Amino acid sequence: MATVIEKRSLIGQKIAKLDAPDKASGRTRYLHDLDLPGQLHAKILRSSRVHARIINIDTSRARALPGVHAVLTAADVPYQRPLGIVAKDHLPLKTDKVRSLRDEIAAVAADTVEIAEQALALIDVEYEDLPIVADVHTALALGAPAVHANHPDNVTTTWDYAQGDVAHGEAESDVVIEDTFRLHYVTHCCMGVSGIIADFDALGNLTLWSNTQVPFLHKREFAQLLDIDPARIRIIQPPIGGGFGSKLDIYPFEPIAIFLAKATRRPVKLVFTREEEFIASPTRQPVVLTLRSGAKKDGTLTFRSVETLHDNGAYTSWGASTPFVMMQTVSSLYRVPHCKYHTTVVYTNNPYAGSFRGYGNLQGTFAVESHMDRLAETLGIDPLEFRLKNAQRPGETTPQGLHFRTCGLQECLRTAAERSDYQRRHREYAARQADPSPVKRGVGIASMLHVGGGAKIYPSDGCGTILKIDDFAQVTLMTGASEIGQGSETVLAQLVCEELGLPLTSVKVVNNDTDITPWDVGVHASRTTFIAGNSAIGAARKAKAKIFAAAEKVTGVAAGELDLRAGQIVEAQSGRVLMALDKLVRSLHFSDKAELVMTTHYYEPPSKHQDKAFKGDVSAAYAWATQVVEVEVDTDTGIVRTLKVTAAHDVGRVLNRLGIEGQIEGGIVMGQGYATTEELIVDRGVIRNPAFRDYKLVTAPEVPEIDIHFIETMDGEGPQGAKGVGEAPAICMAAATANAIYNATGVRIRELPFTPEKVYRALHAPRPPASDAAGTAMQAPA
Amino acid sequence: MSPLREIVFTINGAPRRASVPLDMTALALIRDVLGFTGTKYGCGEGECGSCTILVDGASVNACLMFAVDCDGRDLTTIEGMAVTPLGERLRDAFVAHGAVQCGFCTPGIVMQAASLLAHDPHPTREAIVRGIEGNLCRCTGYVKIVDAIAAAAVGEP
Repeated sequence: MATVIEKRSLIGQKIAKLDAPDKASGRTRYLHDLDLPGQLHAKILRSSRVHARIINIDTSRARALPGVHAVLTAADVPYQRPLGIVAKDHLPLKTDKVRSLRDEIAAVAADTVEIAEQALALIDVEYEDLPIVADVHTALALGAPAVHANHPDNVTTTWDYAQGDVAHGEAESDVVIEDTFRLHYVTHCCMGVSGIIADFDALGNLTLWSNTQVPFLHKREFAQLLDIDPARIRIIQPPIGGGFGSKLDIYPFEPIAIFLAKATRRPVKLVFTREEEFIASPTRQPVVLTLRSGAKKDGTLTFRSVETLHDNGAYTSWGASTPFVMMQTVSSLYRVPHCKYHTTVVYTNNPYAGSFRGYGNLQGTFAVESHMDRLAETLGIDPLEFRLKNAQRPGETTPQGLHFRTCGLQECLRTAAERSDYQRRHREYAARQADPSPVKRGVGIASMLHVGGGAKIYPSDGCGTILKIDDFAQVTLMTGASEIGQGSETVLAQLVCEELGLPLTSVKVVNNDTDITPWDVGVHASRTTFIAGNSAIGAARKAKAKIFAAAEKVTGVAAGELDLRAGQIVEAQSGRVLMALDKLVRSLHFSDKAELVMTTHYYEPPSKHQDKAFKGDVSAAYAWATQVVEVEVDTDTGIVRTLKVTAAHDVGRVLNRLGIEGQIEGGIVMGQGYATTEELIVDRGVIRNPAFRDYKLVTAPEVPEIDIHFIETMDGEGPQGAKGVGEAPAICMAAATANAIYNATGVRIRELPFTPEKVYRALHAPRPPASDAAGTAMQAPA
Repeated sequence: MSPLREIVFTINGAPRRASVPLDMTALALIRDVLGFTGTKYGCGEGECGSCTILVDGASVNACLMFAVDCDGRDLTTIEGMAVTPLGERLRDAFVAHGAVQCGFCTPGIVMQAASLLAHDPHPTREAIVRGIEGNLCRCTGYVKIVDAIAAAAVGEP
């Protein structure tokens, strides 16, 4: 009797991460754990002033210290070129002026970290202090000192978007409200600190061991910075100890390590201390956002108008481009006919912001979803019903040009509300505000829209795959997509196994070496499962076609009637085993017409670049979510406890249940930190809390009960129907928590984070507007 | 340079001798001198728990301990723990429950969990949560870490 194998799918199963066993055994070697023979250790001297002219730098004592191999200042690297996203506005080593406390003035390579640190202490810098531009308002005041001479008004750049006619929208509104929201500095706090190893070979080819999230873009950018041929740069990514968007830009420490390697002709390793990580790695973009919204009595949204001030800090990185995402939430999360969006990005002497999971959407959603509750209460409509009335639907193309082939927003709203018993609790908690107990409860709801099928920002938003099957039916998947802990390696292997009918043990993923892997735009914008997943599936399908064509000749069964299951070639309908896959692969290259099973595929999503007015369908799919947060507020202390989060996410389809739950739980807790505990305190350019002792991450006892519901909309373009989910879970938390605190206490707080002190002050301040129901009486911006 | 001192200790079951500067931390001894890189530097101030090791069976932040204080002690790092039945149970549970993402905090949390289970073999969920409150994880939101430790406690993968 012939053996028969049933078809079995891996999709939706709990798949353990391929890299987890080594990570849980302490065997994984991160960048910090690598050492090259002959390697030197580098340290950077940073400014001790917030804004000052550099009068003189004397490195002679440092150079004389035994064990020091190089001391570099800007004068030693005349070839250095400026860094920056949006604007190329900073040199790695500063020349005549420092503009923030992190500024790099000199760097040392020495035999040990200790000697390098001693050398830094021997460098004498003479400064002449300049007036500090401490915040956006100071920066924009007439006569303010210029942070950059070529931007005398301190305006880095502006962003504008418009649809419809907001004046018309306002005229037809029955209620109009306006608020100013203040969003603070937080930072990524990757558990593995920043670092790099740079090494030139005898011919001047450069190898970098880097934690970058965008190796192929950086290969090109490093080449421009160093004025060498990009073909001579190889980037190897050791396992990365957390990314979250922090590693999307080149930061000065990276070219500085390369300068030192070039000067010493030795491998140079540069690793931050935790304090340095707080001071000299990017933050989330801080924003002052004024939102004006209107609606009709029947609950139809009429218009939204947004003005934001983005504190750019001293230099420009990805933070300056967060309006790109914020405006999508303003225009397209709900149906709004008339919108206007304006951002002024302003130079100050503060830290500068990079990209950070959610990319402007946490900020935008905080304002928009706080306003949705305010409008609902003003209109006397239940907040859920108000949202449902205005929520996007499948098939819609918004005035901004975003097209929703699939859209689970209505289902997310209903599911999160039902599962959390939102409407009943919301009514009851509001009614209990006046109870004598000082401990109140509240529930808050918020939704979000985010790209879930890549984001066409660069000329290509694609990813390449090379796939080979060896003599033992072992698959090697070479992908451009980077693993940063999110589980892309595992989900890509899973998608390939699903196509080729193999167990996960049969796939090895190579994803960390630009000399081997094909091009990819990088791990950002929740794109990897979607884009790299489609690319991997494409390569696997080509391999399958090749296998079936060969198997048809051997077995006599038509290619169209074959399937691959458990490493065997089977007859699809009956499951009858015809021959082993490994045997077929061997027969191919041992035959006269020798052949390999090796395929390539490049996937480019069908999304479009937006035009100059920011209109266009920028992603191949959009992710949706609604989260309901329940809090307890102690009105005597201001302590807010996050009790429960009910999260409904339109993820397209669940691929790896274990991985997606982990992404959502982690994102929720990161969002909880943004909402309630985390704040990088920047006081006139000085970071006051560069340590975990004073920068409060959420710890295990504060984690709420998390109840996750998947809305599977089966996106037609997604890999097996899936959409990206990496950023989505962090986005709603601050807004939903603000709405929950209001439900508990009747006090609306427009500034993050909700620390006990801030909440206490808000609860005990004189309260002019006693409720969100402000009617048409507009509240002046604070 | 800080004066050197000769110390004798046991690490992962093997006796060792080392000559260490007085200002060296146990973390630097373990990582840079002995090459047990599974113990991670996360903050250097005892706030994150990434460098958790066992010293005579008690969990300790290696960054807060001087190398000279390892004299006469019995140290266990993740490399030593990983090859014990408890370490294997924890590893399998962390893998099966999705408790690992970037993995940088994982060795410290496995060590902390091993210490917890050694003292309280059948902890409540609350005891597990309290037991790892000194360990920071930026990826997972801790839920699956707690699940994994609970499973390891009852001998499930």
